[in-house]
Amino acid sequence: MLLFIAKRFLTAIPTLIIVTLMVFGIQRMLPGDPALIIAGEQRDPEVIAYIRQQYRLDDPVPVQYLAWLGQVLRGDLGQSIRTNQPVTQLIWQKLPVTVELALLSMLIAILIALPIGVVSAVRKGTVVDYVGTLFALSGLSLPNFWLGIMLILLFSVQLNLLPASGYVEFSRDPLGNLQRMIMPAFVLGSGLAAVLTRQLRSSMLDVLKQDYVRTAQAKGLLRRRVVLRHALRNALIPVITILGLQMGALLSGAVLTEQVFTIPGFGKLVVDSVFNRDYAVVQGVVLFTSAAYIFINLLVDVAYALLNPRIQVGGGA
Amino acid sequence: MKRFLSSVLVLGLAASGWAQTVRVGLNEDPDILDPVLSRTYVGRIVFASLCDKLFDVSRDLEIIPQLATGYEFADDNLSMTIDIREGVLFHDGTTLDAEAVKYNLDRAKNFPGSNRASEIEQLESVEVVDGDTVRLTLTQPFAPIVAQLADRAGMMVSPTAAEEAGENFGNAPVCAGPFSFVERVAQDRIVVERFPDYWDAESISIEQVIFLPIPDTSVRLANLQAGDLEMIERPAPTDLEAIRSDPNLALPTAPSLGYQGLTINLSNPEPLDTPLATSPQVREALELALDRNVINQAVFNGEYIVGNQPVPPSSAWYNENLPVPERNVEQAQALLQEAGFERVAFEMMVGNDPQSVRLGEVIQALGAEAGFDISLRATEFASALDFQEAGDYEVFQIGWSGRLDPDGNIHQYNTCEGSLNENGYCNEEVDGLLNEARAVVDPAERKALYDAASELYLPNRHIIYLYHQNNFFPHVAALTGFEAYPDGLIRWQGVTLN
Repeated sequence: MLLFIAKRFLTAIPTLIIVTLMVFGIQRMLPGDPALIIAGEQRDPEVIAYIRQQYRLDDPVPVQYLAWLGQVLRGDLGQSIRTNQPVTQLIWQKLPVTVELALLSMLIAILIALPIGVVSAVRKGTVVDYVGTLFALSGLSLPNFWLGIMLILLFSVQLNLLPASGYVEFSRDPLGNLQRMIMPAFVLGSGLAAVLTRQLRSSMLDVLKQDYVRTAQAKGLLRRRVVLRHALRNALIPVITILGLQMGALLSGAVLTEQVFTIPGFGKLVVDSVFNRDYAVVQGVVLFTSAAYIFINLLVDVAYALLNPRIQVGGGA
Repeated sequence: MKRFLSSVLVLGLAASGWAQTVRVGLNEDPDILDPVLSRTYVGRIVFASLCDKLFDVSRDLEIIPQLATGYEFADDNLSMTIDIREGVLFHDGTTLDAEAVKYNLDRAKNFPGSNRASEIEQLESVEVVDGDTVRLTLTQPFAPIVAQLADRAGMMVSPTAAEEAGENFGNAPVCAGPFSFVERVAQDRIVVERFPDYWDAESISIEQVIFLPIPDTSVRLANLQAGDLEMIERPAPTDLEAIRSDPNLALPTAPSLGYQGLTINLSNPEPLDTPLATSPQVREALELALDRNVINQAVFNGEYIVGNQPVPPSSAWYNENLPVPERNVEQAQALLQEAGFERVAFEMMVGNDPQSVRLGEVIQALGAEAGFDISLRATEFASALDFQEAGDYEVFQIGWSGRLDPDGNIHQYNTCEGSLNENGYCNEEVDGLLNEARAVVDPAERKALYDAASELYLPNRHIIYLYHQNNFFPHVAALTGFEAYPDGLIRWQGVTLN
């Protein structure tokens, strides 16, 4: 197992280098000059020249890239051109917000998907199954920003039950934090739940047809025990894969949802930074989230092994 | 730790309703909070709470004292003396005196990357006359200097704090305004609290202000309606009816200082060989094809002010001899034919937000009736600036946020070497008049010079001015005493939350 993890870490390095090259290259292919934007409405030529020199914008792109890479290796992701704040500080400010939103969304998704997915599979073809399918489809097809604004209008403006948007740290005000996070987490979670429900339903159907399930039933075990202990555990493997991938996606920021609910996470940071051509911030955040994505997928592989001992992560199986 | 505990306490008090806390929803996250580096309007809104200036403006745009108590130009207008208010403290407890004023003006001029340097480039030197008087020496007479000192160039920061923080001063600004800085979380909030030793402390009863960037206009309004904010800025014009009909909300308004219009590329970087660029008649036809009232109604629900000059018709600097022209399709068609064209096609660059696209579409439809085939290029702002700078555009729908002194709206766009002249208009007579208007101090003399200049540059129509925005500040009715200002800043003097 340790050898496997070490190998995965080593293969992650070229992946990360490719990611940085792509982010660096694509950003510089965009029209729009950071110095022009930073210089503001007044666009004083001297200010523009100063910004270019300070952020090395006149250097050839490969030189800029190598200079940035050198900085990164020393643990310095640079400074935001817009606000002068260090990128690492911005990442540490946003990380807890994004992680909390991702985990809450995932929790909501699992709470919805597990019962519906299992019941739909066990009661295949019944009304319960159709209602479950309908729910899953609507979760997938409602656009996040629309659902978000509708929830705000209903729960905040009409019923006055929840704050409309914004964010408070959990450590400052736990209740306020949850009140503000519940709607965005539900919006993200409902979309994810739809995917998970469909996946869980079909993998449960597969597993329920397996010999060992039939054997378990033939041994006279309770139906509930067979479904939950024997079938569900195996049916969860593809679901975990999806969860891992989705967790990675959630960590890179849920752009629209964060925008609607004004959640100051990675998504909002990256989008604002792209519009402001704040190169250092975009590069820093993408590098960080890519690393996180690779790490989570490694965890997923390890989770496979724990769920199903037949899968061997280290060897040739 | 101490700061953390005090913010916890303050936030706790705010939540329980003990303190007078006002939460303001901003359209975007401000940029760096250093007056010499700042460049956004939204940043100026926050500065109005943090940093007092040498001068301020009244609602009718008169320059009034703030940290300075008065000023006087020398007879040759080549220098001015400024009297500094006594007993003013910065948020770090240090005193504002003539030395501090000199430090600040030198900083605005010389700080690396200063966005203020060009605003006060005529300022040659600052001399401390005595403890509360400074003398400013100018390279040439420059009347707009007073208006510049009533904006960011005149904001006073603590020299001690500025020296200590260097280029990071904007992360925790220390000024002499009614509120002191508490904390900033990027894209989330900026918190300021009442400064008990403020020189005009009796006028401030709000304890704390929290600025929250909420870019989506619907969400910003929903927060206000739900009671999660006390005030918002820049609501969508289409939401104003709903705000007016809500008894729990109030809607103070003031016309803005800026304008919006069509900038027509004449010769950037080389003279363009297009009908629009070469023929003033074609440009006149385009102006006559447009109905500014229809544009205002169709795009902005009639909430803005139609105009045809760099300053709104209500301004003292507006040239009454050149009123807003009516739409006249026949005359537009006749002008086109006179110029030798049946129809004229051109591309117009507009912002890629829904409102800018809608504005483009209305102009497209109005133009089509008179013989203009307009194609729209909806472009994201950063790219649009690049295209404009490179001259890669025929017509660009853009505007200017506006300045207190008319010079700020006119000179840099209409002089041959103007820093924002991106369309290549050049008329030496106009240059002469606009430079002279800078050099005289008497308002009546200046007005005559601006009128004479506008009679030359307006008929050229390298910019077709269309409308002026209104500043709207919807707030909860429980907030009383708030007034909207033309400069769009939020001032807390006399405001209370009941």
